[in-house]
Parts: sequence; structure tokens; C-alpha cells
Amino acid sequence: MPGPKANVDAADDDPDDSGDGVRIDMISGARMEGLTSMEKIRLILDGVRDGNIVILEEGLSPDEESKLIEVTMTEISPDDFTGIEIETYPKAEAGDQSFLDKLMGRESTQKLTVIGPANRIETLHKDENLISTLVSRK
Amino acid sequence: MGLLTNLRDSISRVTDGLFAADEPKRIGIYGPPNAGKTTLANRIARDWTGDAVGPESHIPHETRRARRKEGVEIERNGRTVTIDIVDTPGVTTKVDYKEFLDHDMEKDDAVRRSREATEGVAEAMHWLREDVDGVIYVLDSTTDPFTQVNTMLIGIIESQDLPALILANKTDLPGADVQQIANAFPQHETIPLSALEGDNMDEVYTKIAEYFG
Repeated sequence: MPGPKANVDAADDDPDDSGDGVRIDMISGARMEGLTSMEKIRLILDGVRDGNIVILEEGLSPDEESKLIEVTMTEISPDDFTGIEIETYPKAEAGDQSFLDKLMGRESTQKLTVIGPANRIETLHKDENLISTLVSRK
Repeated sequence: MGLLTNLRDSISRVTDGLFAADEPKRIGIYGPPNAGKTTLANRIARDWTGDAVGPESHIPHETRRARRKEGVEIERNGRTVTIDIVDTPGVTTKVDYKEFLDHDMEKDDAVRRSREATEGVAEAMHWLREDVDGVIYVLDSTTDPFTQVNTMLIGIIESQDLPALILANKTDLPGADVQQIANAFPQHETIPLSALEGDNMDEVYTKIAEYFG
């Protein structure tokens, strides 16, 4: 059985085929499992730089979020890529996480995460239960 | 030979540990752009050393390099706490040079500023993961704290188990809402202040000594 891939080639028949539409890649937790931090970040940024909206079923760890910001900054260039818009539900209180889980580094990162190009996605409203975004065409 | 080397390493580790306890802690001043981080860093540095850390501006991303002010000695309740202040660029997930054009800037200057800003944010993230011992997180109390950048950064700080003090800045401005910030991050203590006017700095210094001393 093939392992997880660091790209979304299977769905990438023709990235330019989207016309005026907006492509959304919904990436399952299973697909992200087994990828290294940099593979996850590459997977996200490659999609976003193609103008896609990427939705992660299980989100990223805080350390991966930190690296995502850092790598995003290195890729910003005038008139080409202005960065990302990212939204997750506010982190739930960590009270449901056992001390042993924390000690063993089994940090729960399960939080639906929406990431898109900064110039195409705008957050209209966000609270604990709802993220409302406006996505513009290219 | 191996025994001697091991002994020397052991002694070195013990002495390093003894001295490390006395070394100033590096406290990163973090937050979104225009929260007043440099104004606060300058206020602390001027109050205790007489020098400033860097220039302040209402234009976002005025601070584009992390700046360190070493050996700031803060006296509280009869004891002295020594810290290194690291003033960091405002963290964001996007930088568009066109936003600087609104501040009467030529395109070349705006592009250069945006490039430096991106490098500064990357540098700030690296400092946060590797090089700070504690964080002062500064928020503008006239703006909505429920932003993704704030949520992510507080999450990153918590995941590193860094002591963090949240400051609700700009209380001198109309519309300041300290309670909104306290509600956004109830797991942390929120201290109101105006770094510009110097309001409530006594409490800020007491808390710095308590958290990072």
C-alpha cells in the first residue's frame, strides 16, 4: 500500500483548468500523517501559491505553525505572492489533554484549518464555532 | 585520558549551570504590528538604562530586525532582576508592499521595506523557537484580539512552556477594552498599560520581576 504523498498530484490533472473557479483541496489527517513538518508546509504552500484554498482536517502543531509563518515570509515577493491567510477555530482549553500525553509529546493538534492566498481570502467572521470567509476569484 | 575528559566535562557542566542561573534571561517582546512593542521596549530601556532600543513609528513594520538591549536591571521590592530585552518585528502571515504606498512611500522604498519586514518576521519566529527565555506579548487594547496570528503565537509560546505576560497596551486611547483581551486569553494574566504615557508601568515592572526574575 503506498504511503502518503507530499503533494496532491492525484487531484492535479490540470491546475489551470479551474478557469474562474476556486479550487479547494481538503486534506485529510490520514494524508498528512507520516509527513515531516517541512513536507506538510511544502504541501500547503505549493497549493496556496497555485491560488488554491487548502483545508486541513487536523491542522498543524504550534511548532509547524511557527515554521509555516517563517517559510511563508521567505517566499513573499512583490506583485507575486503576498503571503497567506490562515484560520482555525480558537484552540480548545488543553484541560482534556492528560499530563502523560503532554509529557510524551502527544499534543492534540486536531483543529480544522483553512489556508489560502492572502490576496484571495478574507475572513468575515470568526468565533469558537464558525469561520466565515470570503474567497475571491483570480 | 577518558576519565579525565569525563571529569572535566562534568565540572564544566556544573559550573556552567551555576553561572547560567545568574545570566540575564532573554525576554522577547512579541505581538502583531503596531501594538506598541518598540514603544514599550524604549520605555523599559529608558527607565532603567537611560538609552532607547529603536525608533517608533505609526507605520507598520518600523521594526524589521530583532533588537536586543542587554543587561537591563529592574529593581523591585529590594531586589534586582536583570533581563535582556529583545524587541521583535510584528508578526504577521502576509506583507504587501502596496500597503506602504498609503504612507506616502515610493514604490522602491515600499518594496524594500516589505522585503525587510518579511525577513524580520522570519527572524522573530526563529528567536521564539530557539533563543528567548520568556515572552512579553503586547496587544493594542483598541483592536480585536481574536486574530489568528494572536491565537497561533500564544499557542506557540505555550507549547514551548515559556513564561508569558500579556500586556494590554494603548489604554490612553478612546475605545481601549482591556477586558476583551483578558477574555481572549483567560489562561494568562493581562496587565493594562500605556507604554506611550507610562501609565501603570509600576505594575508592569512588578510583574516582569515576578515572571522573569
